[in-house]
Amino acid sequence: MLMLIMRHELLLVLITVILLLVELVLPAHRKQKIILPSLILFGAVMILGFLPGPAGTLFGGMYSTTPLTLLMKNLLTIGMFIVLLQSVDWLKKEENKEKISEFILLLLTTLIGMEYMLSSGDFLMFYLGLELATIPLAALAAFERFKEKSAEAGVKLIFTSALSSGILLYGISMIYGTVGTLYFDEVINGINGAPLQILAFIFFFSGMAFKISIVPFHLWTADVYEGAPINITSYLSVISKGAAVMIFTILLYTVFSKVTIMWKDVIYVTSILTMTIGNLFALRQRNLKRFLAFSSIAQAGFIFLGIIGQSQLGMTTVMYFVLVYIFSNLGAFGVVSVISNRTGKETIDDYDGLYRTNPLLSLTMMLALFSLAGIPPIAGFFGKFFLFTAAAKQGLYILVLIAVLNTIISLYYYLLVVKAMFLNRSDRPIAYFKSDGYSRLGLALCVAGMIIIGIYSPVYEFINRFTFGIY
Amino acid sequence: MFEGVPLSWFLILSTVMFFVGVYGFLVRKNLITMLMSIELILNSVCINFVAFNKILYPEHMEGMFFTIFIIAVAAAEASVAIAIIINIYRRIVNIDVEKMDEMKY
Repeated sequence: MLMLIMRHELLLVLITVILLLVELVLPAHRKQKIILPSLILFGAVMILGFLPGPAGTLFGGMYSTTPLTLLMKNLLTIGMFIVLLQSVDWLKKEENKEKISEFILLLLTTLIGMEYMLSSGDFLMFYLGLELATIPLAALAAFERFKEKSAEAGVKLIFTSALSSGILLYGISMIYGTVGTLYFDEVINGINGAPLQILAFIFFFSGMAFKISIVPFHLWTADVYEGAPINITSYLSVISKGAAVMIFTILLYTVFSKVTIMWKDVIYVTSILTMTIGNLFALRQRNLKRFLAFSSIAQAGFIFLGIIGQSQLGMTTVMYFVLVYIFSNLGAFGVVSVISNRTGKETIDDYDGLYRTNPLLSLTMMLALFSLAGIPPIAGFFGKFFLFTAAAKQGLYILVLIAVLNTIISLYYYLLVVKAMFLNRSDRPIAYFKSDGYSRLGLALCVAGMIIIGIYSPVYEFINRFTFGIY
Repeated sequence: MFEGVPLSWFLILSTVMFFVGVYGFLVRKNLITMLMSIELILNSVCINFVAFNKILYPEHMEGMFFTIFIIAVAAAEASVAIAIIINIYRRIVNIDVEKMDEMKY
Protein backbone atom coordinates (compact mmCIF):
# COMPACT_ATOMS: atom_id res chain seq x y z
CA MET A 1 0.00 0.00 0.00
CA LEU A 2 3.01 2.22 0.48
CA MET A 3 3.43 2.38 -3.26
CA LEU A 4 0.10 4.21 -3.54
CA ILE A 5 2.02 7.32 -2.54
CA MET A 6 3.85 7.13 -5.85
CA ARG A 7 0.71 6.32 -7.85
CA HIS A 8 1.02 9.09 -10.46
CA GLU A 9 4.48 8.05 -11.56
CA LEU A 10 3.79 4.33 -11.34
CA LEU A 11 0.68 4.61 -13.48
CA LEU A 12 2.57 6.62 -16.08
CA VAL A 13 5.42 4.11 -16.11
CA LEU A 14 2.85 1.35 -16.47
CA ILE A 15 1.15 2.86 -19.50
CA THR A 16 4.54 3.70 -21.01
CA VAL A 17 5.52 0.03 -20.78
CA ILE A 18 2.15 -1.09 -22.15
CA LEU A 19 2.43 1.27 -25.11
CA LEU A 20 5.99 0.10 -25.71
CA LEU A 21 4.78 -3.50 -25.90
CA VAL A 22 1.84 -2.59 -28.12
CA GLU A 23 4.22 -0.74 -30.40
CA LEU A 24 6.33 -3.90 -30.72
CA VAL A 25 3.50 -6.06 -31.99
CA LEU A 26 1.88 -3.48 -34.27
CA PRO A 27 2.75 -3.99 -37.94
CA ALA A 28 4.56 -1.10 -39.57
CA HIS A 29 1.65 0.09 -41.71
CA ARG A 30 -0.79 0.26 -38.81
CA LYS A 31 1.15 2.48 -36.42
CA GLN A 32 -1.73 4.95 -36.38
CA LYS A 33 -3.74 2.49 -34.33
CA ILE A 34 -1.70 3.40 -31.24
CA ILE A 35 -3.10 6.92 -30.98
CA LEU A 36 -6.55 6.10 -29.64
CA PRO A 37 -5.44 3.55 -27.00
CA SER A 38 -2.77 5.89 -25.73
CA LEU A 39 -5.28 8.72 -25.44
CA ILE A 40 -7.71 6.50 -23.56
CA LEU A 41 -5.00 5.13 -21.27
CA PHE A 42 -3.68 8.58 -20.56
CA GLY A 43 -7.18 9.91 -19.93
CA ALA A 44 -7.70 7.09 -17.45
CA VAL A 45 -4.45 7.99 -15.69
CA MET A 46 -5.55 11.62 -15.58
CA ILE A 47 -8.85 10.71 -13.93
CA LEU A 48 -7.26 8.19 -11.55
CA GLY A 49 -4.86 10.89 -10.44
CA PHE A 50 -7.72 12.93 -9.03
CA LEU A 51 -8.90 10.14 -6.76
CA PRO A 52 -7.99 10.78 -3.15
CA GLY A 53 -5.02 8.85 -1.94
CA PRO A 54 -2.27 8.96 0.64
CA ALA A 55 0.63 11.39 0.60
CA GLY A 56 3.91 10.84 2.38
CA THR A 57 7.57 10.05 1.99
CA LEU A 58 9.29 7.05 0.49
CA PHE A 59 12.87 5.80 0.15
CA GLY A 60 14.08 7.40 3.34
CA GLY A 61 12.99 10.88 2.36
CA MET A 62 14.31 10.95 -1.20
CA TYR A 63 10.79 10.96 -2.53
CA SER A 64 8.05 12.86 -0.79
CA THR A 65 4.62 14.02 -1.80
CA THR A 66 2.30 16.51 -0.19
CA PRO A 67 -1.28 17.26 -1.23
CA LEU A 68 0.16 20.30 -3.00
CA THR A 69 2.54 18.31 -5.21
CA LEU A 70 -0.25 15.84 -5.98
CA LEU A 71 -2.36 18.77 -7.17
CA MET A 72 0.53 20.05 -9.29
CA LYS A 73 0.89 16.64 -10.92
CA ASN A 74 -2.80 16.61 -11.72
CA LEU A 75 -2.55 20.03 -13.36
CA LEU A 76 0.39 18.86 -15.47
CA THR A 77 -1.49 15.73 -16.55
CA ILE A 78 -4.47 17.82 -17.67
CA GLY A 79 -2.17 20.02 -19.74
CA MET A 80 -0.41 17.00 -21.20
CA PHE A 81 -3.77 15.48 -22.15
CA ILE A 82 -4.71 18.62 -24.07
CA VAL A 83 -1.31 18.63 -25.81
CA LEU A 84 -1.83 14.99 -26.83
CA LEU A 85 -5.29 15.80 -28.20
CA GLN A 86 -3.91 18.70 -30.19
CA SER A 87 -1.08 16.70 -31.71
CA VAL A 88 -3.22 13.89 -33.17
CA ASP A 89 -3.87 15.77 -36.38
CA TRP A 90 -0.19 16.50 -36.84
CA LEU A 91 0.82 12.92 -36.02
CA LYS A 92 -1.46 11.55 -38.71
CA LYS A 93 0.41 13.45 -41.40
CA GLU A 94 2.24 11.36 -43.97
CA GLU A 95 5.77 12.30 -42.86
CA ASN A 96 5.15 11.38 -39.21
CA LYS A 97 3.35 8.10 -39.76
CA GLU A 98 6.25 5.84 -38.90
CA LYS A 99 7.23 7.57 -35.65
CA ILE A 100 3.91 8.16 -33.93
CA SER A 101 4.67 5.90 -30.99
CA GLU A 102 8.09 7.46 -30.43
CA PHE A 103 6.44 10.83 -30.06
CA ILE A 104 3.96 9.59 -27.48
CA LEU A 105 6.53 7.55 -25.55
CA LEU A 106 9.07 10.36 -25.34
CA LEU A 107 6.39 12.79 -24.25
CA LEU A 108 5.23 10.41 -21.51
CA THR A 109 8.83 9.98 -20.38
CA THR A 110 9.29 13.71 -19.93
CA LEU A 111 6.11 13.85 -17.88
CA ILE A 112 7.42 11.06 -15.63
CA GLY A 113 10.60 13.07 -15.16
CA MET A 114 8.65 16.19 -14.22
CA GLU A 115 6.53 14.34 -11.70
CA TYR A 116 9.59 12.83 -10.04
CA MET A 117 11.15 16.29 -10.00
CA LEU A 118 8.07 17.79 -8.35
CA SER A 119 8.01 15.26 -5.54
CA SER A 120 11.75 15.07 -4.95
CA GLY A 121 12.94 15.27 -1.38
CA ASP A 122 16.59 15.35 -2.26
CA PHE A 123 18.81 17.21 -4.70
CA LEU A 124 19.82 13.94 -6.40
CA MET A 125 16.22 13.01 -7.14
CA PHE A 126 15.56 16.57 -8.27
CA TYR A 127 18.47 16.46 -10.70
CA LEU A 128 17.48 13.08 -12.12
CA GLY A 129 13.90 14.23 -12.64
CA LEU A 130 15.06 17.41 -14.30
CA GLU A 131 17.30 15.54 -16.73
CA LEU A 132 14.63 12.96 -17.48
CA ALA A 133 12.36 15.87 -18.32
CA THR A 134 14.81 17.72 -20.58
CA ILE A 135 16.81 15.15 -22.54
CA PRO A 136 13.83 13.54 -24.32
CA LEU A 137 12.48 17.03 -25.05
CA ALA A 138 15.59 17.81 -27.07
CA ALA A 139 14.99 14.68 -29.11
CA LEU A 140 11.39 15.79 -29.59
CA ALA A 141 12.40 19.29 -30.67
CA ALA A 142 14.49 17.73 -33.43
CA PHE A 143 11.61 15.42 -34.28
CA GLU A 144 11.00 16.59 -37.86
CA ARG A 145 14.22 15.13 -39.14
CA PHE A 146 13.97 16.52 -42.63
CA LYS A 147 13.46 20.12 -41.65
CA GLU A 148 16.51 22.25 -41.04
CA LYS A 149 14.69 24.44 -38.53
CA SER A 150 13.72 21.51 -36.38
CA ALA A 151 17.27 20.14 -36.33
CA GLU A 152 18.55 23.57 -35.38
CA ALA A 153 16.00 23.82 -32.56
CA GLY A 154 17.16 20.46 -31.24
CA VAL A 155 20.79 21.57 -31.21
CA LYS A 156 19.94 24.79 -29.43
CA LEU A 157 17.78 23.08 -26.83
CA ILE A 158 20.16 20.26 -25.94
CA PHE A 159 23.22 22.51 -25.69
CA THR A 160 21.62 25.23 -23.63
CA SER A 161 19.93 22.75 -21.32
CA ALA A 162 23.16 20.78 -20.87
CA LEU A 163 25.05 23.96 -19.99
CA SER A 164 22.32 25.07 -17.63
CA SER A 165 22.22 21.76 -15.81
CA GLY A 166 26.02 21.95 -15.51
CA ILE A 167 25.72 25.36 -13.86
CA LEU A 168 22.90 24.12 -11.65
CA LEU A 169 24.98 21.15 -10.53
CA TYR A 170 27.89 23.38 -9.67
CA GLY A 171 25.57 25.30 -7.38
CA ILE A 172 24.27 22.09 -5.81
CA SER A 173 27.83 20.88 -5.23
CA MET A 174 28.58 24.08 -3.32
CA ILE A 175 25.45 23.68 -1.22
CA TYR A 176 26.59 20.14 -0.46
CA GLY A 177 30.00 21.46 0.49
CA THR A 178 28.59 23.91 3.02
CA VAL A 179 25.80 21.77 4.43
CA GLY A 180 27.05 18.22 4.12
CA THR A 181 23.77 16.71 3.03
CA LEU A 182 21.51 16.69 0.02
CA TYR A 183 18.16 16.03 1.71
CA PHE A 184 15.94 19.09 1.58
CA ASP A 185 14.79 18.60 5.18
CA GLU A 186 18.34 18.80 6.46
CA VAL A 187 19.55 21.42 3.99
CA ILE A 188 16.94 23.86 5.35
CA ASN A 189 18.64 23.89 8.76
CA GLY A 190 22.12 24.24 7.31
CA ILE A 191 21.49 27.25 5.10
CA ASN A 192 22.44 30.43 6.91
CA GLY A 193 23.51 32.83 4.18
CA ALA A 194 27.23 32.13 4.24
CA PRO A 195 29.12 33.67 1.30
CA LEU A 196 29.66 30.31 -0.42
CA GLN A 197 25.96 29.59 -0.12
CA ILE A 198 25.10 32.89 -1.76
CA LEU A 199 27.40 31.98 -4.64
CA ALA A 200 25.81 28.54 -4.73
CA PHE A 201 22.38 30.09 -4.89
CA ILE A 202 23.42 32.29 -7.80
CA PHE A 203 24.60 29.25 -9.75
CA PHE A 204 21.45 27.36 -8.81
CA PHE A 205 19.26 30.28 -9.82
CA SER A 206 21.02 30.66 -13.17
CA GLY A 207 20.51 26.99 -13.92
CA MET A 208 16.81 27.17 -13.11
CA ALA A 209 16.46 30.49 -14.96
CA PHE A 210 17.55 28.73 -18.14
CA LYS A 211 14.72 26.23 -17.73
CA ILE A 212 12.08 28.88 -16.95
CA SER A 213 13.66 31.25 -19.55
CA ILE A 214 14.15 34.24 -17.29
CA VAL A 215 15.66 37.20 -19.05
CA PRO A 216 19.42 37.07 -19.05
CA PHE A 217 19.05 33.39 -19.96
CA HIS A 218 16.12 33.55 -22.36
CA LEU A 219 17.79 33.74 -25.77
CA TRP A 220 17.33 30.07 -26.63
CA THR A 221 13.58 30.27 -26.13
CA ALA A 222 12.45 32.04 -29.25
CA ASP A 223 14.64 29.96 -31.56
CA VAL A 224 13.68 26.62 -30.06
CA TYR A 225 9.99 27.54 -29.95
CA GLU A 226 10.03 28.59 -33.57
CA GLY A 227 11.91 25.59 -34.89
CA ALA A 228 10.37 22.77 -32.88
CA PRO A 229 7.17 21.08 -34.06
CA ILE A 230 4.32 23.22 -32.84
CA ASN A 231 2.91 20.74 -30.35
CA ILE A 232 6.32 20.39 -28.76
CA THR A 233 6.48 24.16 -28.59
CA SER A 234 3.23 24.31 -26.68
CA TYR A 235 4.43 21.50 -24.42
CA LEU A 236 7.71 23.35 -23.76
CA SER A 237 6.05 26.65 -23.08
CA VAL A 238 3.32 25.32 -20.83
CA ILE A 239 4.04 21.99 -19.18
CA SER A 240 7.82 22.09 -19.06
CA LYS A 241 7.92 25.70 -17.94
CA GLY A 242 5.04 25.18 -15.52
CA ALA A 243 6.77 22.24 -13.84
CA ALA A 244 10.03 24.19 -13.56
CA VAL A 245 8.20 27.18 -12.03
CA MET A 246 6.41 24.95 -9.53
CA ILE A 247 9.50 23.15 -8.28
CA PHE A 248 11.46 26.41 -8.22
CA THR A 249 8.76 28.02 -6.06
CA ILE A 250 8.67 25.02 -3.74
CA LEU A 251 12.46 25.07 -3.36
CA LEU A 252 12.53 28.80 -2.67
CA TYR A 253 9.74 28.49 -0.11
CA THR A 254 11.14 25.46 1.67
CA VAL A 255 14.87 24.98 1.19
CA PHE A 256 15.76 28.66 0.90
CA SER A 257 12.98 29.94 3.14
CA LYS A 258 15.30 31.04 5.95
CA VAL A 259 17.39 33.27 3.73
CA THR A 260 14.81 35.25 1.78
CA ILE A 261 17.24 38.15 1.85
CA MET A 262 19.43 36.03 -0.42
CA TRP A 263 16.91 35.68 -3.23
CA LYS A 264 14.42 38.50 -2.89
CA ASP A 265 16.44 41.10 -4.79
CA VAL A 266 17.41 38.64 -7.50
CA ILE A 267 13.77 37.76 -8.11
CA TYR A 268 12.81 41.46 -8.01
CA VAL A 269 15.30 42.53 -10.67
CA THR A 270 14.88 39.54 -12.96
CA SER A 271 11.11 39.88 -12.75
CA ILE A 272 11.23 43.46 -14.05
CA LEU A 273 13.77 42.56 -16.74
CA THR A 274 11.83 39.51 -17.87
CA MET A 275 8.50 41.29 -18.16
CA THR A 276 9.89 44.32 -19.95
CA ILE A 277 12.25 42.64 -22.38
CA GLY A 278 9.81 39.82 -23.14
CA ASN A 279 7.12 42.35 -23.98
CA LEU A 280 9.32 44.67 -26.00
CA PHE A 281 10.64 41.83 -28.14
CA ALA A 282 7.17 40.42 -28.63
CA LEU A 283 6.14 43.73 -30.21
CA ARG A 284 8.30 43.21 -33.27
CA GLN A 285 7.55 39.55 -34.00
CA ARG A 286 5.59 38.58 -37.07
CA ASN A 287 5.84 34.81 -36.71
CA LEU A 288 3.16 33.61 -34.29
CA LYS A 289 5.31 30.91 -32.69
CA ARG A 290 8.05 33.44 -31.95
CA PHE A 291 5.42 35.89 -30.81
CA LEU A 292 3.99 33.40 -28.34
CA ALA A 293 7.53 32.51 -27.24
CA PHE A 294 8.22 36.09 -26.19
CA SER A 295 4.79 36.40 -24.64
CA SER A 296 5.51 33.30 -22.56
CA ILE A 297 8.81 34.84 -21.45
CA ALA A 298 6.88 37.89 -20.27
CA GLN A 299 4.36 35.68 -18.45
CA ALA A 300 7.24 34.06 -16.53
CA GLY A 301 8.16 37.55 -15.33
CA PHE A 302 4.63 37.98 -14.00
CA ILE A 303 4.85 34.65 -12.20
CA PHE A 304 7.91 35.93 -10.33
CA LEU A 305 5.69 38.67 -8.96
CA GLY A 306 3.74 36.00 -7.12
CA ILE A 307 6.88 34.20 -5.96
CA ILE A 308 8.16 37.39 -4.37
CA GLY A 309 4.93 37.45 -2.35
CA GLN A 310 6.64 34.95 -0.02
CA SER A 311 3.59 33.60 1.70
CA GLN A 312 0.85 31.09 1.36
CA LEU A 313 -0.83 33.70 -0.81
CA GLY A 314 2.24 33.71 -3.05
CA MET A 315 2.15 29.95 -3.52
CA THR A 316 -1.58 29.91 -4.20
CA THR A 317 -1.39 32.71 -6.73
CA VAL A 318 1.51 31.08 -8.55
CA MET A 319 -0.38 27.79 -8.74
CA TYR A 320 -3.57 29.53 -9.84
CA PHE A 321 -1.74 31.51 -12.50
CA VAL A 322 0.01 28.41 -13.83
CA LEU A 323 -3.38 26.68 -14.07
CA VAL A 324 -4.85 29.61 -15.98
CA TYR A 325 -1.73 29.87 -18.10
CA ILE A 326 -1.96 26.17 -19.04
CA PHE A 327 -5.44 26.65 -20.47
CA SER A 328 -4.90 30.03 -22.15
CA ASN A 329 -1.55 29.27 -23.72
CA LEU A 330 -2.65 25.82 -24.87
CA GLY A 331 -5.71 27.46 -26.39
CA ALA A 332 -3.61 29.94 -28.34
CA PHE A 333 -1.13 27.28 -29.42
CA GLY A 334 -3.98 24.93 -30.30
CA VAL A 335 -5.40 27.40 -32.82
CA VAL A 336 -1.95 28.13 -34.27
CA SER A 337 -1.31 24.40 -34.51
CA VAL A 338 -4.58 23.61 -36.28
CA ILE A 339 -4.03 26.37 -38.83
CA SER A 340 -0.38 25.51 -39.31
CA ASN A 341 -1.24 21.85 -39.90
CA ARG A 342 -3.90 22.61 -42.46
CA THR A 343 -2.34 25.51 -44.33
CA GLY A 344 1.28 25.82 -43.18
CA LYS A 345 0.74 29.52 -42.41
CA GLU A 346 2.30 30.88 -39.25
CA THR A 347 2.66 34.65 -39.49
CA ILE A 348 0.31 37.28 -38.12
CA ASP A 349 -0.35 38.69 -41.60
CA ASP A 350 -1.73 35.33 -42.70
CA TYR A 351 -4.43 35.67 -40.08
CA ASP A 352 -5.96 38.72 -41.80
CA GLY A 353 -9.68 38.22 -42.14
CA LEU A 354 -9.71 34.88 -40.35
CA TYR A 355 -12.99 35.73 -38.65
CA ARG A 356 -14.85 35.79 -41.96
CA THR A 357 -13.74 32.30 -42.92
CA ASN A 358 -13.23 30.51 -39.59
CA PRO A 359 -15.27 32.33 -36.94
CA LEU A 360 -15.03 29.67 -34.22
CA LEU A 361 -11.26 29.39 -34.40
CA SER A 362 -10.92 33.17 -34.30
CA LEU A 363 -13.19 33.40 -31.27
CA THR A 364 -11.15 30.76 -29.46
CA MET A 365 -7.92 32.54 -30.33
CA MET A 366 -9.42 35.82 -29.15
CA LEU A 367 -10.47 34.31 -25.81
CA ALA A 368 -7.02 32.79 -25.32
CA LEU A 369 -5.21 36.04 -26.16
CA PHE A 370 -7.55 38.06 -23.93
CA SER A 371 -6.86 35.61 -21.14
CA LEU A 372 -3.11 35.97 -21.66
CA ALA A 373 -3.45 39.74 -21.69
CA GLY A 374 -5.72 39.74 -18.64
CA ILE A 375 -9.07 41.16 -19.70
CA PRO A 376 -11.67 40.86 -16.92
CA PRO A 377 -14.30 38.22 -17.42
CA ILE A 378 -11.75 35.61 -18.44
CA ALA A 379 -9.49 33.67 -16.08
CA GLY A 380 -6.26 35.44 -17.05
CA PHE A 381 -7.39 38.66 -15.42
CA PHE A 382 -7.85 37.02 -12.04
CA GLY A 383 -4.54 35.18 -12.37
CA LYS A 384 -2.69 38.46 -12.89
CA PHE A 385 -4.78 40.27 -10.30
CA PHE A 386 -3.90 37.76 -7.59
CA LEU A 387 -0.22 37.84 -8.53
CA PHE A 388 -0.23 41.63 -8.18
CA THR A 389 -2.02 41.30 -4.84
CA ALA A 390 0.66 38.93 -3.56
CA ALA A 391 3.39 41.42 -4.48
CA ALA A 392 1.45 44.41 -3.16
CA LYS A 393 0.98 42.71 0.21
CA GLN A 394 4.76 42.89 0.58
CA GLY A 395 4.67 46.61 -0.11
CA LEU A 396 6.40 46.34 -3.48
CA TYR A 397 4.29 49.01 -5.13
CA ILE A 398 6.93 50.06 -7.67
CA LEU A 399 7.21 46.49 -8.89
CA VAL A 400 3.45 46.25 -9.22
CA LEU A 401 3.35 49.56 -11.10
CA ILE A 402 5.94 48.31 -13.59
CA ALA A 403 3.98 45.09 -13.97
CA VAL A 404 0.79 47.01 -14.70
CA LEU A 405 2.57 49.12 -17.31
CA ASN A 406 3.84 45.91 -18.85
CA THR A 407 0.34 44.51 -18.95
CA ILE A 408 -0.66 47.52 -21.04
CA ILE A 409 2.19 46.93 -23.48
CA SER A 410 1.23 43.29 -23.73
CA LEU A 411 -2.39 44.22 -24.35
CA TYR A 412 -1.22 46.17 -27.41
CA TYR A 413 0.46 43.28 -29.12
CA TYR A 414 -2.18 40.73 -28.21
CA LEU A 415 -4.76 43.08 -29.70
CA LEU A 416 -2.68 43.35 -32.88
CA VAL A 417 -3.42 39.68 -33.55
CA VAL A 418 -7.10 40.12 -32.67
CA LYS A 419 -7.25 43.12 -35.00
CA ALA A 420 -5.71 41.10 -37.80
CA MET A 421 -8.32 38.39 -37.36
CA PHE A 422 -11.40 40.57 -36.97
CA LEU A 423 -10.82 43.92 -38.65
CA ASN A 424 -8.20 43.51 -41.36
CA ARG A 425 -9.36 42.49 -44.79
CA SER A 426 -7.39 40.17 -46.95
CA ASP A 427 -7.52 39.23 -50.61
CA ARG A 428 -6.56 35.67 -49.86
CA PRO A 429 -7.72 34.76 -46.34
CA ILE A 430 -7.21 31.28 -44.95
CA ALA A 431 -9.96 29.22 -46.52
CA TYR A 432 -12.65 27.61 -44.39
CA PHE A 433 -11.79 24.16 -43.10
CA LYS A 434 -13.22 21.75 -40.56
CA SER A 435 -10.66 20.74 -37.98
CA ASP A 436 -10.53 17.19 -36.66
CA GLY A 437 -12.45 16.03 -33.60
CA TYR A 438 -9.44 15.69 -31.32
CA SER A 439 -8.31 19.28 -31.83
CA ARG A 440 -11.86 20.46 -31.32
CA LEU A 441 -12.08 18.57 -28.05
CA GLY A 442 -8.73 20.02 -26.94
CA LEU A 443 -9.77 23.55 -27.80
CA ALA A 444 -13.15 23.10 -26.15
CA LEU A 445 -11.40 21.98 -22.96
CA CYS A 446 -9.19 25.07 -23.09
CA VAL A 447 -12.14 27.42 -23.60
CA ALA A 448 -14.12 25.76 -20.82
CA GLY A 449 -11.10 25.98 -18.53
CA MET A 450 -10.53 29.66 -19.25
CA ILE A 451 -14.14 30.60 -18.61
CA ILE A 452 -14.86 28.31 -15.65
CA ILE A 453 -11.69 29.17 -13.75
CA GLY A 454 -12.44 32.84 -14.31
CA ILE A 455 -16.00 32.96 -13.00
CA TYR A 456 -16.07 30.03 -10.57
CA SER A 457 -14.28 31.17 -7.44
CA PRO A 458 -14.15 27.78 -5.61
CA VAL A 459 -11.22 26.87 -7.88
CA TYR A 460 -9.09 29.44 -6.11
CA GLU A 461 -10.35 28.32 -2.71
CA PHE A 462 -9.59 24.72 -3.68
CA ILE A 463 -5.97 25.53 -4.49
CA ASN A 464 -5.71 27.67 -1.40
CA ARG A 465 -6.61 24.72 0.81
CA PHE A 466 -3.66 22.73 -0.49
CA THR A 467 -1.03 25.40 -0.08
CA PHE A 468 -1.61 25.64 3.65
CA GLY A 469 1.61 25.46 5.63
CA ILE A 470 3.94 25.60 2.64
CA TYR A 471 5.67 28.74 3.77
CA MET B 1 47.37 8.68 -1.11
CA PHE B 2 45.74 12.08 -0.84
CA GLU B 3 46.62 12.59 2.81
CA GLY B 4 47.69 16.12 3.43
CA VAL B 5 46.34 17.55 0.19
CA PRO B 6 44.20 20.46 1.37
CA LEU B 7 40.61 20.85 0.20
CA SER B 8 41.34 24.20 -1.39
CA TRP B 9 43.60 22.58 -3.98
CA PHE B 10 40.76 20.41 -5.20
CA LEU B 11 38.43 23.38 -5.26
CA ILE B 12 40.90 25.49 -7.22
CA LEU B 13 41.25 22.69 -9.76
CA SER B 14 37.49 22.27 -10.10
CA THR B 15 36.86 26.02 -10.37
CA VAL B 16 39.47 26.35 -13.10
CA MET B 17 37.93 23.39 -14.92
CA PHE B 18 34.45 24.84 -14.60
CA PHE B 19 35.37 28.20 -16.04
CA VAL B 20 37.52 26.69 -18.78
CA GLY B 21 34.44 24.71 -19.69
CA VAL B 22 32.17 27.77 -19.70
CA TYR B 23 34.74 29.74 -21.70
CA GLY B 24 35.08 26.93 -24.20
CA PHE B 25 31.32 26.64 -24.53
CA LEU B 26 30.95 30.34 -25.26
CA VAL B 27 33.97 30.76 -27.54
CA ARG B 28 34.28 27.56 -29.55
CA LYS B 29 32.30 27.25 -32.76
CA ASN B 30 32.41 23.51 -33.28
CA LEU B 31 29.53 21.57 -31.73
CA ILE B 32 31.72 18.62 -30.71
CA THR B 33 34.13 20.95 -28.92
CA MET B 34 31.18 22.57 -27.16
CA LEU B 35 30.06 19.14 -26.03
CA MET B 36 33.55 18.52 -24.67
CA SER B 37 33.33 21.82 -22.77
CA ILE B 38 30.10 20.66 -21.17
CA GLU B 39 31.84 17.45 -20.11
CA LEU B 40 34.55 19.59 -18.50
CA ILE B 41 31.90 21.45 -16.53
CA LEU B 42 30.26 18.24 -15.36
CA ASN B 43 33.61 16.73 -14.39
CA SER B 44 34.48 19.78 -12.35
CA VAL B 45 31.22 19.25 -10.47
CA CYS B 46 32.21 15.62 -9.91
CA ILE B 47 35.57 16.68 -8.46
CA ASN B 48 33.75 19.09 -6.15
CA PHE B 49 31.42 16.40 -4.89
CA VAL B 50 34.11 13.80 -4.35
CA ALA B 51 36.44 16.24 -2.62
CA PHE B 52 33.74 17.55 -0.29
CA ASN B 53 32.61 14.05 0.51
CA LYS B 54 36.07 12.62 1.13
CA ILE B 55 37.52 15.48 3.15
CA LEU B 56 34.61 17.23 4.87
CA TYR B 57 31.86 14.62 5.26
CA PRO B 58 33.44 11.16 5.12
CA GLU B 59 30.70 9.53 7.22
CA HIS B 60 28.08 9.41 4.40
CA MET B 61 28.57 8.61 0.73
CA GLU B 62 26.07 11.07 -0.76
CA GLY B 63 28.65 12.97 -2.79
CA MET B 64 30.02 9.78 -4.34
CA PHE B 65 26.54 8.61 -5.30
CA PHE B 66 25.78 11.94 -6.86
CA THR B 67 28.99 11.69 -8.90
CA ILE B 68 28.04 8.28 -10.26
CA PHE B 69 24.64 9.59 -11.31
CA ILE B 70 26.20 12.66 -12.95
CA ILE B 71 28.47 10.42 -15.02
CA ALA B 72 25.54 8.27 -16.13
CA VAL B 73 23.32 11.22 -17.00
CA ALA B 74 26.19 12.94 -18.82
CA ALA B 75 26.57 9.85 -20.98
CA ALA B 76 22.88 9.90 -21.84
CA GLU B 77 23.02 13.60 -22.58
CA ALA B 78 26.08 13.21 -24.78
CA SER B 79 24.47 10.41 -26.76
CA VAL B 80 21.34 12.45 -27.48
CA ALA B 81 23.46 15.50 -28.29
CA ILE B 82 25.61 13.52 -30.73
CA ALA B 83 22.51 12.07 -32.41
CA ILE B 84 21.21 15.61 -32.86
CA ILE B 85 24.59 16.78 -34.16
CA ILE B 86 24.59 13.98 -36.76
CA ASN B 87 21.07 15.00 -37.73
CA ILE B 88 22.02 18.63 -38.30
CA TYR B 89 25.16 17.56 -40.16
CA ARG B 90 22.92 15.69 -42.59
CA ARG B 91 20.81 18.82 -43.08
CA ILE B 92 23.43 21.54 -43.53
CA VAL B 93 26.67 19.49 -43.94
CA ASN B 94 28.33 21.53 -41.24
CA ILE B 95 28.64 21.50 -37.47
CA ASP B 96 29.68 25.10 -37.02
CA VAL B 97 27.31 26.99 -34.72
CA GLU B 98 27.75 30.13 -36.78
CA LYS B 99 26.05 28.35 -39.67
CA MET B 100 22.95 27.60 -37.62
CA ASP B 101 21.44 31.01 -38.12
CA GLU B 102 18.21 30.29 -39.90
CA MET B 103 16.16 31.48 -36.93
CA LYS B 104 18.16 34.29 -35.48
CA TYR B 105 15.91 37.31 -35.74
